[in-house]
This record gives sequence, structure tokens and C-alpha cells, in this order.
Amino acid sequence: MNSVPTGSSPAYRPGVSGWSGRTIVAVMVAVFVLFFAVPIVWLLLATTKSARGLSVGNPFAFGSFGELSTNWSRLFGFQDGAVTTWMTNSALYAVGALVITLIVSIPAGYALALTRFRFRRLLLVLTLVVMLIPNTALVLPIFLELNAVGLIGSPLSVILPMSFFPFGVYLTYIYFSTSIPRDLLAAARIDGCREIQVFTRIALPLAAPIVALVAFFSFVQNWNNFFLPFVMLPSSDGYPVQVGLTSLLASTPAFNPSSAGGQSVQLPTLALATVVSVLPVLIVFLVSQRFLVAGMTAGGTKE
Amino acid sequence: MTVVDRTAQAAAAVTGRAAGRPPATRDNVLSYGLISGYAVLTLSFGLLPALYAVYLAFTDATGGFAGLANFSKVVGDFRFWPAVSHVALYLVIWLVALVALVTVLAVVVHAIRVRWLSRTLRFVFYLPGALAGASSVLLWLFVLDPTASPVGGLLRLLGFESFVQVIVPGNLPVIFAVIAFWTGAGGWIVIMYGALNNISAEVIEAARVDGANAVQIAWRIQLPMLRKWISYMGIMSLAAGTQLFVEPQLLSQASNAVVPNDYSLNQLAYQYAFQQNDFNGAAAISLLLLVVALALSAVFVTRGGLFERE
Repeated sequence: MNSVPTGSSPAYRPGVSGWSGRTIVAVMVAVFVLFFAVPIVWLLLATTKSARGLSVGNPFAFGSFGELSTNWSRLFGFQDGAVTTWMTNSALYAVGALVITLIVSIPAGYALALTRFRFRRLLLVLTLVVMLIPNTALVLPIFLELNAVGLIGSPLSVILPMSFFPFGVYLTYIYFSTSIPRDLLAAARIDGCREIQVFTRIALPLAAPIVALVAFFSFVQNWNNFFLPFVMLPSSDGYPVQVGLTSLLASTPAFNPSSAGGQSVQLPTLALATVVSVLPVLIVFLVSQRFLVAGMTAGGTKE
Repeated sequence: MTVVDRTAQAAAAVTGRAAGRPPATRDNVLSYGLISGYAVLTLSFGLLPALYAVYLAFTDATGGFAGLANFSKVVGDFRFWPAVSHVALYLVIWLVALVALVTVLAVVVHAIRVRWLSRTLRFVFYLPGALAGASSVLLWLFVLDPTASPVGGLLRLLGFESFVQVIVPGNLPVIFAVIAFWTGAGGWIVIMYGALNNISAEVIEAARVDGANAVQIAWRIQLPMLRKWISYMGIMSLAAGTQLFVEPQLLSQASNAVVPNDYSLNQLAYQYAFQQNDFNGAAAISLLLLVVALALSAVFVTRGGLFERE
């Protein structure tokens, strides 16, 4: 990484002819492309290999579809289909929380942006503050709270905390306060719309882009959440797949020699588990690629 | 979770555009209806748990007032300061790498004129963000195990023959920093790229006419204009980094406890709650971490200027 030119790097000083600077930049970009891409490419290839092929063969060769399907059936045969249970749980938690988030955040963002009520300012500040603290900071306090009311182990103990998504409210708030012309709302009122109709008939149909954005962030965050379900759900039947991965890891002799036995997991199977565990998020990423790398910074695109 | 909070990243993308404009319509009952669900969630999972943690941290197991006893107990715990130093060392390495490399990469990607190339690069950098949490740690376990690793040759070149040699305690802060960088950097590069687009072309053009080369433009114009975003990234990442949990937790499990299960502060809090059944001690550690996070976010809200209208 010594080739990384910082602004003051002597190798890239003014006066150095263009091509040498360009070479340094090209090499640096290439190094980072490899750094970011190689693990993913390798992981995908690893799922097509046998345990032996993985350790002796060319790391970047394709194995075979036969091995892939063997790994697949081994993975889903693990502990009588535990992986299927975990994936179902993940879907339930992520989608359940997502639905509540949308039902709660969109009206809240609208109310914060376009109406007036007591505590509006307080709620806005609270939203900002909670949004800016890492979401893991409140996990143990929430555990202690839910433990006191006896909710631990229930799906609600992860769905409800995850559905509290201040960032979604903030995004909606920004959207409604900048993108909806007030005249439009005023016109609707003059035409005889009641306040609730202003929201349901005018604002809501215009909110489609922000609903998609909030849904994206909420889903990805919920699906990838580890600490919260890890703390809240003591039984394997309730694990989402992210936590389930730890069970698989514990059964992999390559990492945990004490686990050798009938239910042991081979490395390619674990690789496949890693891929499967992020597949929904990966698909969402690929589908939303356009708006992720361009639109996420919309307003900043003045090329 | 040391994965840079995607929430925070996207917040950076949208903030700075508007906030605080006074609402247009009159006070009405409907507002309370619209806001009620969110208000309940904010109370239940924002305010109440924080207050309950405060209560637990200042009481003992029987509910009596304990003063600072819980705090002095956890701070005096022989595992506390090692955990603090582990997290601190990791943070230093990670933040320096993050600030330096993200800024440089964003400037470089921004300077590429070929559109498809620039887009593809941003996407390649961003994609690992899909593998957050346990999945990315698992992937890096493979990469760090010389017997399976795609870069096994590189690891052997560095003198590592086995997984256990790779994960000796001295290497861990670097390893965690690499994992966090791999998952989180791309999102920040995209943010910085957007911020660079916000610098008006005339300013850059004027500098070029005055004879500034690419490096001078980056150093004298782009960097100062990025300062706000860089400090945002630094503060958010610092706050997120103090929460280190999933990486050492999984590594501890994968290494048969070569990596201790009380490596980070959050792990220690977890140990207090689940191994020692000492919720008061766990609350005390959580509260310390929460105060750090709150202080950082407060600095940002009050001094950062991102939430004022531009």
C-alpha cells in the first residue's frame, strides 16, 4: 500500500510527467479493485468445490455443478433443515419490521415536515440523536428492558426494536419538507380535501420514491442485524440466518477441531452458507444498483 | 458492530440539504394520529431503555441505590482496561486508514472521466457492503486461513503458516480494521463522490486555468471542501467502532478461544449480563458506551452544521 499517493506524496509532485502519475493511480485503483472483489469472487467459486478441491486446487478455478449441489444438500440437511428455518426467521423478522417501519415512519415524517404539534421539535431532535448513535449502543439496554417485561425469546423482541428506525423518519421528513410543493397541498385544501385526505390522496402517492428508499435501508439493516437477535433469541429455532451462521461455524472442524462428528460442516458448505445468508441482500443491492451508486447522493449529481 | 453504519452513510447523503423549515399548516388533531406510532416506538426503544439502563447502572441487584459502585466494579475489572485498549488500537488503525484511503479513492474515482469505468469502480467498492455482520466475518475467516485462502501464498510470504498464527492477539486490531474497511469503505466512497460532485465545476476550472495540477486541486480545493464530510465519517465511524462485537465474537468462537470472548467492551458487557447474570454491571458498561456515542452525536449535531439549512 506504499504506492498510495496522498496529496503530498513526493512521487506525484507537480512537475512529474503525466504518465508516471497516471501509472501510480492505475496501480492503486487496480490494487483496491482486487482487494474489494477477490474475496467475493473467490467465495462464489468456493461453493462449487469439494473440501479437498478447496485446499489443493487453484483458488480461482470453477469446481463443478455437481459439487455445488452436494454442498447445497449438505447445507440444507444440516440439523434437519435448520438453515431453512433460519432463512424463514430472517425473512419474517426483516419483512415484519420493514412493514411496521413503513406504516409508522411515513406518516411520522409527513407530520414532522408539514404539520404543527406540540413536542414536534423535541421529537425531531430525538430522532436526530438516536439516528446518529450506533444501533448496537441500545441493544443491551433494550434487552434489559424487554427482559423486565418478559418478552425475551419472542419474535417481537427483535421485530419491534428493529421497526424503530429513526433514519427512515428522517429521510421521509427531508423528502416531504423539500420535495412536495406546499401550494399543491394548499390547493387540495381549497378544493375541499380534509386533512387526512391531503395526506392519503396527495402526499402519499407522491411518496413512492422515499418509500422505496426507506424500505431498502430498513430491509438491509434488519437482515444483517446480528447483535440484537443474538442477544434476544436464546433458542436455535428462533435464530435468523446471521446468528445461525455461528452454529455452522461452531460445527466446522477446520475452525473448531472439537466439533468433528456426524454433523460436521466442511469449508465449501460453510462458504455456501455465507453466500446463502446474504443472497437476499445481494439481490436487493444488484437490483437497486442504479440508485445506489448514483441516486443515493441525488442532489449531489451535477456532472 | 464495526461495519460502518449504512444508516449514517446515507444520512450524510441526504442531510445538509434541508431541515428545520417551519411547518406550513395549522395545529391539528391529525398530526397526533400520524405521529403516535412513531412516538410510541421512540419511547419504547429509544428513551425508556436508556433510562432503564441508567436506573440499573446506579442500583444493585436488590434494587437499592448503589451510587457509583457498579461503575467502579466494571472499571476495576481486570478485563476492562485491556478491552478498552483493544478497541482503542483498532479504532486508531481503522480511522486513519478509512480517512486517508476513502478520501484518496473518492478523489481518484471522481477524476476518472470514463463514465462506465467510474460507475463500475464505485459499484465494486460498494458491493462488499452487502456482506455485513457475521457474513463478512465468516468470509474473512476463509481469507485469513492459509490452508483455504485465495491469497494463501501472500499469507505464507508474510510468514503465516496456519490460521492460529494469523490471529495472534497482536494482529487482531489490524484484522478487524481490514474487515471493517472492506465492508464499509465503499459506502463512504460513494458519499464522498457525491460531495465532490457538489463542488462547482467553475471553481475547479478556474484553478486549472491558474495552472494547478490534479494533485494541487485535490489538496487545495477538494480536500478543504470535503472536510465536513470527512469529519462526519470520522465521528460516525468512531461511534460505531466503539461498539465492536461481532468480529471478535465470531473469531473467538472460530479459534477455540485463542481470541478471548471478552476482547471488546460490548463483549464484556455481554459477559456480565449472560455469564455472570450481573445486569447492573452490564448496564454500567452499556451506559459508558452509550454516553460516548451520545457525546459524539451531540458534537456532530451542534457543531457539524450538517443539519442547518445551507
